[in-house]
Amino acid sequence: MDKNKHFLVGIFNDQDDLLHGVEDIRKKGVKIHEVFTPFPIHGLEHALGYEKSWAPKAAFMFGFLGTCLAITMQVGMMAIDWPMVIGGKPYLSIPDFVPVSFEFTVLLASYGMTLTFLFVRGYLPHAVPRIFDIRSTDDKHVMAIDLANNSLSEEQIRSIVKDAHAEEVYRRDFTDEENKGSFLKYVVDLFTNGVTRSSRIAHHR
Amino acid sequence: MKAKSYDIDERFVFSDGAKKSVFTILGIGLVFFVIGILSLAFGSESGGTEHALAFAGGEGGGEHAHGHAYHWTTRIKVNLWINNVFFIGLSIIGLFFFSIQYAAHAGWSAGIKRVPEAFGSFLPIGGVLMLVVFAFSYHEIFHWTDASLFDKTSPNYDEIIAGKQPFLNMPFYVGRMVLFLVVWYLFYLALRKQSLLEDIEGGTKRFWKMKTIATLFIIFFAISSSVSAWDWVMSIDTHWFSTMFGWYVFASWHVSGLAAISLSLVFLKEAGYLKFMTESHFHDINKLVFGFSIFWTYIWFGQFILIYYANIPEETIYFVERLESDHYSKFIFFNLFINFFFPFLAFMTRDAKRKMTIIKIVCIAVLIGHWFDFYLMITPGTLKEHGGLGFLEVGLAMIYLATFVYVVANTLSKAPLIAKNHPMLQESLHHSI
Repeated sequence: MDKNKHFLVGIFNDQDDLLHGVEDIRKKGVKIHEVFTPFPIHGLEHALGYEKSWAPKAAFMFGFLGTCLAITMQVGMMAIDWPMVIGGKPYLSIPDFVPVSFEFTVLLASYGMTLTFLFVRGYLPHAVPRIFDIRSTDDKHVMAIDLANNSLSEEQIRSIVKDAHAEEVYRRDFTDEENKGSFLKYVVDLFTNGVTRSSRIAHHR
Repeated sequence: MKAKSYDIDERFVFSDGAKKSVFTILGIGLVFFVIGILSLAFGSESGGTEHALAFAGGEGGGEHAHGHAYHWTTRIKVNLWINNVFFIGLSIIGLFFFSIQYAAHAGWSAGIKRVPEAFGSFLPIGGVLMLVVFAFSYHEIFHWTDASLFDKTSPNYDEIIAGKQPFLNMPFYVGRMVLFLVVWYLFYLALRKQSLLEDIEGGTKRFWKMKTIATLFIIFFAISSSVSAWDWVMSIDTHWFSTMFGWYVFASWHVSGLAAISLSLVFLKEAGYLKFMTESHFHDINKLVFGFSIFWTYIWFGQFILIYYANIPEETIYFVERLESDHYSKFIFFNLFINFFFPFLAFMTRDAKRKMTIIKIVCIAVLIGHWFDFYLMITPGTLKEHGGLGFLEVGLAMIYLATFVYVVANTLSKAPLIAKNHPMLQESLHHSI
């Protein structure tokens, strides 16, 4: 089985072209892998047909976990493990626990969501980012189409993307080795080459 | 984007049907009010005095020693005061919200600005009512108006209250009250005038003028809202003070004002007006309702935890009066539930802020909840153990509500519903988030 990844990359200059292009291309049955833009484009996620994100639910769960942990911790410390009279209050004085519980809720929700984001997007220290075109950080919108995901032939897709006013369409291949980061290799590279020349940066064109 | 066309010149018609429902509320309110008065006047008179005696013997202390004899009419006066403060708040927050939109150059709200603008038209009526109610009930509501408290030779002399005399004295107090009400009304008139001129003239000249007026109003309101909160609400518990009180009253006013604006927009939209409004507009305004109900909770809790933690008797008395009372303690928890937990959980998701049914339920709950917030601020200090919740309270609140809605709807019908020459109107018409 072919473990290498084959993509067709379309470059768009104008955001309206991109927005309508995405709609046209999807209407013609082509599955789009991802679109990279230098700035947020209003309505793009809608055009790409993304479903409602589960992220708010995860944030709620993390926050709720934070509340529960904070309350457990405070009750355990202040009322069970080492009861102390502070300001003449009962050992278990709920109002005193509110600020800490609130802060812990926020802390866990924000840390949890940051880590969730990094894991889900694969932004780990050793991961090799699959950069399709470096110009997506400058002034071009980059659309990536995974050829393995589509039943249409490369030539058909190429003409569809061209019809959608893409400035430029080209093929981009990633070898299996390129796609697979290794934590060990990352650490070794870090020690031998230093941060600036680690394996992450080697492949960019 | 798709081209849409709207009736930019549409006008709100205060239809007979709408008038009928307003008068129905007024009628039910009046009936309740009369039932309330009758039951107070004939029902509980003997029981009331007995109860008062028992209370005075028990934990009377300080303030009761020179307190005033309770008469059932006090309850009417206190309720008038609660409703006055609450509805003046709704009205001034309409103007405040309107001003913020100009000061911040907000575009999304350009199409709906006539609604908060119309809220301000209740100011003169509310202001006059306020002064009238104050004139015949200050003696029962405000303990400090008793002149003997400041007289060293009198047995009633109270050192703490006497120390507050430079601020809490009749001429200065009434002067502040009149000044605030008049200046607020003048700001309303100025903004309204510019807003209507903009409809005729067009251009950006009026926009910049309104921005200047709005900014001045915000500065004035920052001070006057705090001072009016001390005056109108905090000075009821004359011995007690809280440095957060100005913010507390403002937060309560603001969230109920926003809920009222949101609710008006829902009703207008359902009546077929403001067709350009999409879920995005509702999402934006209800985000503010959501956020400010949390803000109110933050202030409420901030005030509570400082007093609870410091445990200074002269401060804790405020919460002792409320939490230890058979009558008021249940309202404290009701208040927290309906003003925080309910809107917090019901409005948390994105979809909830966009659905008309949920908006209606939550906004009505917030409005009721914050009425109770003012009830809890004002009643315990004035009525003490005689406080109640019955036909009188509900009836009077309904009378005020009907008056408020009638005045606002009447103003709304006098000008085009959409400010067609607002420079950022297009942004509002195509608002999408």
